[in-house]
Amino acid sequence: MTAQVITVTSGKGGVGKTTAVANLATALAMDGKRVVCIDGDIGLRNLDVVMGLENRIVYDIVDVIEGRCKLKQAMIRDKKYPELYMIPAAQTRDKNAVSPSDMVRICNDLKPDSDFVIIDSPAGIERGFRNAIAAADRVLVVTNPEVSAVRDADRVVGILEAEEKGNPSLILNRLNPTLVRNNDMLSAEDVLDLLGIQLIGIVPEDENVIIGSNKGAPVVTDAKSRAGQAFRNISKRLQGQDVPFMDLDSQSGLWSAIQRITGRK
Amino acid sequence: MNFFTRKKSATSAKERLQLVLVHDRTDLTPAQLEALKDDLLKAISKYIEIDPDAVQIGLERDGREQRLVADIPLRSVTRNRAG
Repeated sequence: MTAQVITVTSGKGGVGKTTAVANLATALAMDGKRVVCIDGDIGLRNLDVVMGLENRIVYDIVDVIEGRCKLKQAMIRDKKYPELYMIPAAQTRDKNAVSPSDMVRICNDLKPDSDFVIIDSPAGIERGFRNAIAAADRVLVVTNPEVSAVRDADRVVGILEAEEKGNPSLILNRLNPTLVRNNDMLSAEDVLDLLGIQLIGIVPEDENVIIGSNKGAPVVTDAKSRAGQAFRNISKRLQGQDVPFMDLDSQSGLWSAIQRITGRK
Repeated sequence: MNFFTRKKSATSAKERLQLVLVHDRTDLTPAQLEALKDDLLKAISKYIEIDPDAVQIGLERDGREQRLVADIPLRSVTRNRAG
């Protein structure tokens, strides 16, 4: 068995890459998959706190690369899901401590014993981003329905095209259906038309995402959260299942309101 | 779209992004595009007579593909000959 390597990137910072990685990795583990996620943001370690694993770190990815520990020693097992692991970024080094070939080597070592390797890319289009995409079999681009995030996502998609990394898929994060209905937020259709790439999921704005990261428990573990449902759907699509998109962005405000009230969603 | 005359912000966001993405993707500033148009018209004018005011040249997108689209009406040759 060999894992699929998925890199999550965005161009702009703060659009929800780390949230997406923590949630997709957890959702895949909830489905019984063996998952390793890697924090690729050297110097700005974050995935550990979002997943609630910050107290368990002994070694990090740079320790592996520089031979101070074995790969297994840097893999931190999740509190809840024994088949879920996280490899932390180094906090006191810079991104030049890692090269694209280091990432390829680590992913190749992880592949035989995992189903998915998910890499959290740093913001930007520089070294850290290049490292993060080097080993990717598939790239997910996260954006928000907002001019600066969409513009940066387009730059990243252009670079992925030039690097022949295959067709990236889009996660549209933090969509506010009410604003979309009032035509005060770009709709999913607008963003897809602008970027010209395929959609893998729309995640609605949801305060439970912040509550989840406050607790170090990704929102997918919250069965009632809409964002959690959206991330669970994306994880099914990553496993090749055909899951219909949640009805969030439609213009039929009244109808979706009725559906929400009557609990048909 | 809406019943009021105020243009909603999502519409202007989309229009502005459409323009900015075309220039980002082609790495061509609006000023460079104007210069390109001028050069193009000069080159064409060496061979055929055109109506510079009726010319439309612009960048268009189709998915992730960019196109330079030119609509260049020619001055009627027969009319000129008759005159």
